[in-house]
Amino acid sequence: MMPTRGSLDRPFLSVTDLSVAFPTEDGLVHAVDGVSLSVERGKTLAIVGESGSGKSVTAQAIMGLVNRKAAKVTGEIWLDGQELIGLPQNEVQELMGSEIAMIFQDPMSSLHPFYRIGDQIAEAIRAHRPVGAKEARRETIEMLRHVGIPAVERRVDAYPHQLSGGMRQRVMIAMALINSPQLLIADEPTTALDVTVQAQILELISSLQKEFGTTVILITHDLGIVADVADEVAVMYGGRIVEVASTGQLYDRPEMPYTLGLLSSIPRMDREPERLDPIRGNPPSPINLPKGCVFQPRCNYSDRVPGGACLTVRPDLLESGPDHFVRCHLQIEERQQISREVLQVLAGAPQ
Amino acid sequence: MTGEAREVLQVSDLRTYFPVRSRGIITRTVGAVKAVDGIDLRLDSGETLGLVGESGSGKTTAARSILMLVRPTGGRIKIDGQEITGLSSRKLMPIRRKAQMIFQDPYNALNPRHTVGGIISAPFRVQGVVPPGGVRKSVLELMERVGLNPEHYNRYPNEFSGGQRQRIGIARAIALRPKLIVCDEPVSALDVSIQAQILNLLRDLQQEFGLAYLFVAHDLAVVRQISHRVAVMYLGKIMETAPREVIYSRPLHPYTHSLLSAVPIPDPKQQGRRNRIVLQGDLPSPIDPPSGCVFRTRCFQAQERCAVEVPPLVEMAPGHHVACHFPIAVADLPARIDVEDVAVSVEEGTAQAVEGVHFNEPGPPHA
Repeated sequence: MMPTRGSLDRPFLSVTDLSVAFPTEDGLVHAVDGVSLSVERGKTLAIVGESGSGKSVTAQAIMGLVNRKAAKVTGEIWLDGQELIGLPQNEVQELMGSEIAMIFQDPMSSLHPFYRIGDQIAEAIRAHRPVGAKEARRETIEMLRHVGIPAVERRVDAYPHQLSGGMRQRVMIAMALINSPQLLIADEPTTALDVTVQAQILELISSLQKEFGTTVILITHDLGIVADVADEVAVMYGGRIVEVASTGQLYDRPEMPYTLGLLSSIPRMDREPERLDPIRGNPPSPINLPKGCVFQPRCNYSDRVPGGACLTVRPDLLESGPDHFVRCHLQIEERQQISREVLQVLAGAPQ
Repeated sequence: MTGEAREVLQVSDLRTYFPVRSRGIITRTVGAVKAVDGIDLRLDSGETLGLVGESGSGKTTAARSILMLVRPTGGRIKIDGQEITGLSSRKLMPIRRKAQMIFQDPYNALNPRHTVGGIISAPFRVQGVVPPGGVRKSVLELMERVGLNPEHYNRYPNEFSGGQRQRIGIARAIALRPKLIVCDEPVSALDVSIQAQILNLLRDLQQEFGLAYLFVAHDLAVVRQISHRVAVMYLGKIMETAPREVIYSRPLHPYTHSLLSAVPIPDPKQQGRRNRIVLQGDLPSPIDPPSGCVFRTRCFQAQERCAVEVPPLVEMAPGHHVACHFPIAVADLPARIDVEDVAVSVEEGTAQAVEGVHFNEPGPPHA
């Protein structure tokens, strides 16, 4: 799980103390601040957070997409025994699209509007493997059929604008999986889609994952989707991971006040629609993060910590139980008590 | 709520078509996108009607047509008892005091060159209304009421976060004490914690001022949170409308069933236990909608009759209207339905629309 073990039994993907900082006119922006996480082969890790939490930048850093001239990237990223951060650009390029692939929120931003979708996928094949044009086209058609594009023979020569949003997302998934990557990073893959299409795409990703044994990192703000597909969840806030747990554990016994606040904020289909109990205030500015705990200004419980430690001391991500890590100054017993109370209120009026 | 509930909005047979023109120098109209195709709605003071649908369902066009931001092609709209269809822009002016709008994108709905004070006081200026105590005092009160710091009167929109901008838009909308507010996806651009704050604010304002909301959204959980009644739209038509509890617990239309089954629930234990109806494909083109029932190409209940006969919106129970030839109760749904390209089999002219539908036996929950 969390903090890194020895290099011998290193998990499939392990990220240690990853930081990404962008220098700006207003000062250094710490988009990602000391993130450590790991994923076992074939599993799905969800990274949950609101805008500005650093979840997307974390994904981009793993993918090698953060411009190293514009940002300072430190820490370690090990994928299957290979360190990625120190890798020269051409070797990173080789890994991208073959070992690691990424799906984005907006398919139009990763499909070229001037080229036919079939040609774009075939190009992805031939960029990484010595395959002839004919064979590449055959593989492309097969993959497009696999991701559920109807009338493939006709659609393979379509331009992106001729397809609907759901279809484009399928094309992007086909392109991401065409070289059987070991790691798939999906950044809000269904946010732009309607619920019925979202359900189709999520089913598609998890069935393809089972088939190919792909490891998936899912970046999302939607705790509903997480409950549906993830094995493990990391909650991010203000550039830091504030809680990590197995999916069951996180929904049964969330401990970090931010996670509790998120769960209290979402309207739910399985509960009486009573007044919501949202987190107060606004997310912090990444330029001017609070000194101590990043969540302190919005936390309802920080006054229970003696000595005002939340204001001044940055809490560490500490083990709170098996497979459960929390970044909070509150005593474990107190946290668990608060968690029980909040969950009780939430469950107050089940249908 | 203030006083007794009275009807503030009545919409009958509203139709909004956009012409499709041929290419070339001399264009002629070759067809129409039937964005809204004959819908009926009514709304009382203090009430929220949720209008849900996927993109392309026509819900936003319906909302804009109701406020005459898009001129409807046909039908009648009454706001606070007054017929407004056919009125000139000048004659609409006094109506706009009664009906306001909150927009989806709080970034584009505010003029970046105007201060917050200027934006919120615009309705007073435009309508020539001087509130008791003066405009500035009213604006400061409004800012306070929606949770903005009145000291920020002279700031510009770019200095605010998305949630705060939405509060500015809300303050502007309630400035003239309207009776009706059309909210077009007012929280979909916001983070969840901020979304909840805005939903609570809208609820409080409704209770305080007896506002009627037409709440247009695609997120069924959000709509459930705020609505008293819900109407489900698909391809320009209303498929089902009912009081909130009914539509979420006892829906009858196959489309409503599939929408509800697709909403993710943030609880891993519940996910496995639910009905699953996975629709295939996307919305058909509104230029050339399917004959008969518009939903039949993706419907697991579709039969021959659906291709021939348009199902009328029929009242099945008090306040519960359904437009379907073969409505189905929750208890009769199988545990899982995969609708595989029903569209294809129907288009091929066979009557075997149900051929592509597999009803799986209720079995172990789907992982």
